[in-house]
Amino acid sequence: MALPAPMEQTSKSSRERPPLSRRASRVTGKVVLLLIAAIGAVFFVIPFAWMLSTAGKPGELVWVIPPVWIPPTYQWRNFVESWTLLPFATYYRNTLKITSLTVIGVLISSTLAAFAFARLRFPGRGILFVIVLSTMMLPWHVTIIPQYILFTKLHWVNTHKALWVQWWFGDAFSIFLLRQFFMTIPLELDDAARIDGSSRLGTLWHIIVPLSAPALAVVGIFEFTWSWNNFMGPLIYLDSQRLFPVALGLRLFQDRSGTNIQFMMAQTVVFVIPVMILFFVSQRRFIQGIVVSGVKG
Amino acid sequence: MAQARSTTLQAQKTARFSQSTQEAILAYACLAPWAIGFFVFTLGPMIASFVLSFTNTDMLTGIKFIGLGNLRELLQDKLAFQALSVTARYALGAIPVGICLSLGIATLLNQHIPGRGIWRTLYYLPSLVTGVAVAILWSWIFNPRIGLINAALKALFGIEGPKWIFSQQWALPSLVIMSLWGVGGSMLLYLAGLQGIPTVLYEAAKIDGAGAVHRFRYVTLPMLSPTIFFQVILMIIGTLQFFTEPLVMTNGGPNNATLSVMLYIYRKSFQQLHFGYASLLAWVLFMIILAFTLLVIRSSSLWVYYEGELRK
Repeated sequence: MALPAPMEQTSKSSRERPPLSRRASRVTGKVVLLLIAAIGAVFFVIPFAWMLSTAGKPGELVWVIPPVWIPPTYQWRNFVESWTLLPFATYYRNTLKITSLTVIGVLISSTLAAFAFARLRFPGRGILFVIVLSTMMLPWHVTIIPQYILFTKLHWVNTHKALWVQWWFGDAFSIFLLRQFFMTIPLELDDAARIDGSSRLGTLWHIIVPLSAPALAVVGIFEFTWSWNNFMGPLIYLDSQRLFPVALGLRLFQDRSGTNIQFMMAQTVVFVIPVMILFFVSQRRFIQGIVVSGVKG
Repeated sequence: MAQARSTTLQAQKTARFSQSTQEAILAYACLAPWAIGFFVFTLGPMIASFVLSFTNTDMLTGIKFIGLGNLRELLQDKLAFQALSVTARYALGAIPVGICLSLGIATLLNQHIPGRGIWRTLYYLPSLVTGVAVAILWSWIFNPRIGLINAALKALFGIEGPKWIFSQQWALPSLVIMSLWGVGGSMLLYLAGLQGIPTVLYEAAKIDGAGAVHRFRYVTLPMLSPTIFFQVILMIIGTLQFFTEPLVMTNGGPNNATLSVMLYIYRKSFQQLHFGYASLLAWVLFMIILAFTLLVIRSSSLWVYYEGELRK
């Protein structure tokens, strides 16, 4: 799976073929770069390879030094066996519930807010947007303790509510991203809809939202990935194991699986795969999203 | 059509509110969820935690106002200073190396080498895995006995590797190394930035006789400076708050060698129920993050170059 290729950097105007020495050094240069890229890639890929390899090893093979990379038979049963050592089915149910509620909430509330900033005129628009932006930079640890106290008073602690309800009230990053995107949609389309009798909200629903599918997808994917991997929130708010998402379950498993690393790695592989699949399926949108939000500063 | 328009105009004129007021009301309605969230989940808690830092409470037996008592305790708290030192060293390690690495990789993968797209994907994949999964995976990679790193050191160089996360000296550097694994995200940003640099600039530089290094220094870096600026700020905010890795991999050890401020706050508040003191710690961390962020922003006029900026 390849990332999109960039524009040509050098203009290939017609010129004479450079002397052999220069061509040779250019080829050597490329080979050197290729080598560096390959060696560097090892650092990035090898942990995954090790993870996959260990997940399929029988228990005794795990502790062998030097490490055996390809087990004689891949122990698929590691996945099955480890699945039942802890209630992973419950953990995944919890993660899916929390994550989907979070994603839906963020999409709805951030779309509304972004629509207001992008399409509506109202007093205080500038200041409010600056406030939204500044909350993006706010370290969350300043709010975590009183939030915990608040959630205790609301009886949300040790329930999933503590994890997803607040995302139905907007997320600064998503509002920013969506607003930037909405602003690229021509106003003429809004006007055309208005002439046809559509209300402003109707314009949002029938024109802007369908055209913003890429941006909405990016927001959805970011939020999904974040919520899927979220560890600190569940750690603080959840006590009962039956409410644990997989992130907490994995940590619990780390304590319980002891020397059976193959089980630990098997479940880690399972945990990591959905996000990977999501990425491969939506590659271009993902990268677009990072670029839109990042490069423009 | 004309009839429909005139009735609409009439309706507008006879409506109770003017069109701009209607628009404003709609806008506020759309912003209401965010506004409620802002006051209830952000501003409210911020103010509350500020107030809490002057109190002593465990949430069960009421709140006692103790003024600067927490501050006095902080000034004598060796563990707090240890946490600050650990966090500072982590940031000082992770930020420069991370930026250089991601910038370097982006530059490398911007060249025309075969399989460029595949290399980019490979370098980016690890940044998709975050938090707990990375921590668990790398705690085994760093394992002194069967971990990859020591195995590689033995096989390639014949040396006995250190005890990594089990060693007081190497635990924090291990976390820094681990943070480098995720530079793929920044790499993408720099790649996008690199591709946005007009080739005209490079050609002009070449005509003036600039070599590759010079071109990098005088064309690439300035043109990338806004992206670098953005990244530095994000990394300051991120690294100073690191929590999951020290908790899951070393639990702050060995001997508090990886006790991050955030981990310390977590222990003080949710384990020891010292909510007042923990709030003060949180605000201290916040002030530090703010100070460094402002420092970077202030210094930006010296080193950040915007293409479309108005010169004073």
